[in-house]
Amino acid sequence: MAEAFARLADAVRAFGLLCWAWTRAAWQYPTSLLLLTVGQAMATTLDVLAIVVIFANTDELGGFSATEVLFLYATTSTSFAIADTLLGTAERLGRHIRSGAFDVMLLRPVSALVQVAADTFSPRRLGKLVPALAALALSLTSLDTEWTGGRILMVPVMIICGTLIYCGIWVLGASYQFVAADAAEAMNVTTYGGNYVTQYPLTVFSSEWVRALTWVVPLAFVNWYPALYVFGRPDPHGYPSAMQFASPIAALLALVAAGFAWKAGVRHYRSTGS
Amino acid sequence: MGLYTMVAWRSLRRHATYRAATAAGAFTNTSFGFIRAYILIALWTQRPDIGGYDVTAAVTFCFLGQSLIAAVGAFLPTVSAELTDRIRNGDIAIDLFRPADFQGWWLSHELGRAVHALIFRGVPPLLIGAAFFDFTWPAGWRVAAVVLSIALAIVVSFGIRYLVTLTAFWLLDAAGPAAIAMLAGTFLSGLLIPLVLLPGWLGTVARSTPWAATIQSPSDIWLGVYDGAGVLAILGLQVLWAVLLLLTGRRLTEQARRRVVVQGG
Repeated sequence: MAEAFARLADAVRAFGLLCWAWTRAAWQYPTSLLLLTVGQAMATTLDVLAIVVIFANTDELGGFSATEVLFLYATTSTSFAIADTLLGTAERLGRHIRSGAFDVMLLRPVSALVQVAADTFSPRRLGKLVPALAALALSLTSLDTEWTGGRILMVPVMIICGTLIYCGIWVLGASYQFVAADAAEAMNVTTYGGNYVTQYPLTVFSSEWVRALTWVVPLAFVNWYPALYVFGRPDPHGYPSAMQFASPIAALLALVAAGFAWKAGVRHYRSTGS
Repeated sequence: MGLYTMVAWRSLRRHATYRAATAAGAFTNTSFGFIRAYILIALWTQRPDIGGYDVTAAVTFCFLGQSLIAAVGAFLPTVSAELTDRIRNGDIAIDLFRPADFQGWWLSHELGRAVHALIFRGVPPLLIGAAFFDFTWPAGWRVAAVVLSIALAIVVSFGIRYLVTLTAFWLLDAAGPAAIAMLAGTFLSGLLIPLVLLPGWLGTVARSTPWAATIQSPSDIWLGVYDGAGVLAILGLQVLWAVLLLLTGRRLTEQARRRVVVQGG
């Protein structure tokens, strides 16, 4: 057990060092870095713009108000931005495999996952956090709910669990590329698509989708179930209220599944040759 | 076969090689289509006739957009990553020497890519969407108008991305203009939300941009929102943008040609 923790601490330290090195490299071109960060922030703002335009045409969507949808957007986007900053470059695994760079990573005395995740790490990805946090502040101050201690506590808990679920999904997506390096784009459905789906109340989607987002890819636990608790609403699909507190379990399961998938992927990895 | 037909054909063959990537792309475009469709259905349930669309038209619009993403290169901000690389590393000097029109060469290349994308990444989202939802289909002369409009959409999209690519001659890296063009494109093309949702003059301005000519215009013709004169006006605007963008591209190519310095030694 102690050994496992020491290994984890080593990995985190290596990750931090690599990220710092890449940050210093990116900082060599400060203007470019700044512009790209602004670009990332604006790209996320487009999603809010879509929500604004929708609510310019209607008062409620799927039975939820503008502030409630804004809260859903804010929480999932905050989690996604953090997970994307930490592990987003994992989506390039296919490229590393094709170029042979992954073989080199396996030879180094640092976890290959840490190297893949930290590769070309750029603080510009944090640009996505700006509109997400702004929307969070706005929705928290205007949300029409009774702020009990439990509900206040739920907000940071759901953001942390959401981040962990997204981290699990990024690693699962990267592991999938061991099998289908050329079809990397399909993983966008669970990563970017997951972030998109969870910006809206799940009452909008068909019941099959809600089932899939609960039991297959646990994206509904990123914000939907805990948000129902924060809103003080009964579950529109009739799921038990215990689900609203199950995000930590979903996060744990996502991480365990991701760990197994990555290990299996590395074990079955065959180099593309010289 | 003429030179430019050859370039287009080879480009089509080249893109046809990546079958797994094409299938993954079509799958992704279709899945996002479903997400967007459900959001639009929820909105149209509240307001059944916004902007002259009924719910069937809104869902059809959404899948049309998903089908056109690859063909009009909505997420490809430059003509080709290969071309921007060649401008940066100087290989472009050789390309400018070739006995072929530079812009014509890349337009042919783009047309080959777009035809492949239209068939293999455009048809699946549309058919799968139609299997799950009610769709509006064009009939009679509108079919011809849609085909013409999609062809113009592809040329307009090339026109925009060609200009973005050429900025690399001045900036060395087209990443900045590319990022801005992509943001503008995602929103103003109607891909994110149908432009009919924008109120008043905002909607009119958005629908007059060259980006609207890439997705919103062909979709509007498909849906039959406009009568004959309206369709002609849309096609006219598309032609205008195509000509303007291609001519600007030609002038800029000449200026870029004069900027190239070949280092030898």
